[in-house]
Amino acid sequence: MIPAYNTLVVLAGCGLLGLAAGTVGCFALLRGRALVADAIGHAALPGVALGALAAAALGIEARSLPPLLIGAAATGVLGVLAMQALGRTGRIREDAAIAVVLSAFYAAGVAMLSVLQAVPEVAQAGLSHFILGQAAALRAADAWGAGAIAAGCVAACLVLFRPLAAACFDAEFARVQGLRVGAVDLALLGLLVLVCVAGLQAVGLVLVVALIVLPPAAARLWAGRLPGMLALSGGFGAACGLAGAAASAHWPDLPTGAGVVLAGAVLLGVSMLVGPESPRALRRVAAEPR
Amino acid sequence: MRASVPPIETTGLTVAYGPNPAVEDVTWTAAPGLTAIVGPNGAGKSTLLRAILGLIPVRGGSVRILGEAPAAMRGRVGWLPQRAAVDWDFPASALDVVAMAGTRRARWFGPLPRAEREAARAALAEVGMADYADRQIGRLSGGQQQRVFLARALAQDAQLVLMDEPFAAVDAATESAIVAILRRLGAEGRSVVAVHHDLATVRDYFDQVLLLNRRVVAAGPMDTAFTAETVAAAYGGKLLRFGAGETAVLAEAG
Amino acid sequence: MDAASFLQLDLPPLLAALLAGATCGLLGSLLVLRRESLVADALSHAVLPGIVLGFALTGLRAGLPMLGGALVAALLAVAAIGMVQRWARLEAGAATGAVFTVFFAVGLLGLEVSGARSVDLDLDCVLFGQLETLVWPQATGWGSLVDPAALAALPRQLGLMAVVAAVSAVAVAVCWRPLKLLCFDAGYAAVLGLPVRALETGLALLVAAAAVAAFESVGSILVVALLVCPAAAMRLLTDRFGTQVLGGAALGAGLAALGYGLAGPLPAALGSALSVNAAGMIGTLGGVAVALAALLGRHRAAAG
Repeated sequence: MIPAYNTLVVLAGCGLLGLAAGTVGCFALLRGRALVADAIGHAALPGVALGALAAAALGIEARSLPPLLIGAAATGVLGVLAMQALGRTGRIREDAAIAVVLSAFYAAGVAMLSVLQAVPEVAQAGLSHFILGQAAALRAADAWGAGAIAAGCVAACLVLFRPLAAACFDAEFARVQGLRVGAVDLALLGLLVLVCVAGLQAVGLVLVVALIVLPPAAARLWAGRLPGMLALSGGFGAACGLAGAAASAHWPDLPTGAGVVLAGAVLLGVSMLVGPESPRALRRVAAEPR
Repeated sequence: MRASVPPIETTGLTVAYGPNPAVEDVTWTAAPGLTAIVGPNGAGKSTLLRAILGLIPVRGGSVRILGEAPAAMRGRVGWLPQRAAVDWDFPASALDVVAMAGTRRARWFGPLPRAEREAARAALAEVGMADYADRQIGRLSGGQQQRVFLARALAQDAQLVLMDEPFAAVDAATESAIVAILRRLGAEGRSVVAVHHDLATVRDYFDQVLLLNRRVVAAGPMDTAFTAETVAAAYGGKLLRFGAGETAVLAEAG
Repeated sequence: MDAASFLQLDLPPLLAALLAGATCGLLGSLLVLRRESLVADALSHAVLPGIVLGFALTGLRAGLPMLGGALVAALLAVAAIGMVQRWARLEAGAATGAVFTVFFAVGLLGLEVSGARSVDLDLDCVLFGQLETLVWPQATGWGSLVDPAALAALPRQLGLMAVVAAVSAVAVAVCWRPLKLLCFDAGYAAVLGLPVRALETGLALLVAAAAVAAFESVGSILVVALLVCPAAAMRLLTDRFGTQVLGGAALGAGLAALGYGLAGPLPAALGSALSVNAAGMIGTLGGVAVALAALLGRHRAAAG
């Protein structure tokens, strides 16, 4: 049986999305920022609710994606700003800032959704799909949109490869060399927000962080150098995205996010056991008589 | 008599974090008194102390502390860790930190027993920090923070005290407070084993030395173990000049 | 509103919120001080497969099998985080993110294949919490509070939450000084010969138990808000360990009660048909509390 056009487009969109997440995630992991994606993903929920409300007020079709994603991006950025403000108190460490932002923003989203259920146009939009992801519900136009954002992120990563790599490797040295590390970090955060938002409908906001963390974590166990790690990470991300979308097409009730994450988990597990750059492998090499 | 038992004995001690051992085959007996562990960066000095304390797993060999297995000595060895690792914003005053020395002796809950509180205050006074007892630890200067942790090690009232770089980056007042305490502990027949990085003061502050560069280079009393040859051997020829006088000038690669 | 309807509809959720807020605030302070806030995030997600498994094996939505499964899952998650850190050379945060998402995904898968979702263990309960569904229909008036038969019919979730709250309170009180040292300087605690591993495991188990008990009332993800927000707010307001920990518990209880009141009873009393998800309201208030504490703390720092 030949899969329908819609299915193919959704598969392609999810694959591209995984590619983008793996690429951006590679830098985010090396810069120690991967978990920020968790805060961004959860912080998007109130934005999705507000976007749906705005769409209803403006008379735009309820299931139309752009207003929702714009809202998600807005509150995602707000979440990042809140994290940075908490960090500036000097008392709240980054881990606590992430946890506070993700839980409080998510809670606000839940509260808004409960109120908005009274608005018929919003109730129809199926917003809870954004929480765990439902690639099967994606329409071709939405998949194209997500894919386009993803492709843009990948392109941005390639253009910014040198400054990103320098900031990840040794931020202090890069700063001494005249690189504006603050601006590079900001760009990285912006890319993270874009990827998380683009991935909302396909992967879901609870699990989108896995798509940022698992592919580069696995890739690092195979490649000792950055270009190889980046390429592998993107490839692994694409594979996870495709696997998740395929699983979702087969079992429509299974949240896509779960499929994506389990594919990533298998990749990481295998990499930990047999990856040539894994600590286990390195220890074996060292133990061999020379 | 206690003094005749070696405070630390290691046999073939090997510690590795990754593939390469950080400390290899260290067989060493410390004599009672004040001992400095000296060696270049990356020689495994801190690692050796942490392994002796059982804070990190060892790959091979054994340790005896005051003649007993380390497990039996838990809580009976004073410990001054390297500065830095703690959260300086932690909600605790200087006195709170020193009183932590009694966490195992005192019961676990309820108000701090009077004896523990007084021991903590006495230890703070000995390092010249009595006036800062109620100050939150993050609001003390670096040297003052170091003295608080020294007071905590003293409040343990231990026969053996291990110190990791006690003199690193401290002010003159703190340095002289530490020296006075070393002398007091030595005079009382207690033992101190400290990682030390300043070759110029090793002879003044300590009785014995262990020169370490992943393996034991030399160990014993100053006169025999701490010579131009042994130091040069420990530092792998990176020594520029080691005069016949009291000073040592040294450059480490990197 | 008369006594009977208050007792039937409002008392059980209010009590559950209070207990969950106090317990999570208490344990959350310890996690935040240990710089392990993400463990709160991780454990509240990671218990899901255990809950589903406990449910699937016994077919009961009863407290004990679910609690047992959740505690096993929590221990496995903690072990897995340590393993991933070593075997994949990941820093603690990234390893935590890698592990808890996988556990949560396994839980979702379990919900699908076990059919638990269709029966009773609703996904909405995990995602949003169902504080409002705790009711006590047997209450007829204030007299029911002393009537053993009526009391026995109190929602089961309330009993589990009360037990976890009591165990947490006693454990923290009894281990007060070792916990303080564990939070401040775990290496020194080990040198002193304190049972560091046991204390760490015990704390993780208590957090997991609180996550399970609170899971049914406030939802899996909002447990994180109760664990972290009161603690973070206190972190900005005090320099005393006792104030931090006990204040965290008090603030958690206060926020939970206030949030519940603002979500349902207050709009109803004002004659509005609007009702807000109570768990969402409580979590939002948690964020507001942290923001206010940050502003207050800045003033204090400027003054001091």
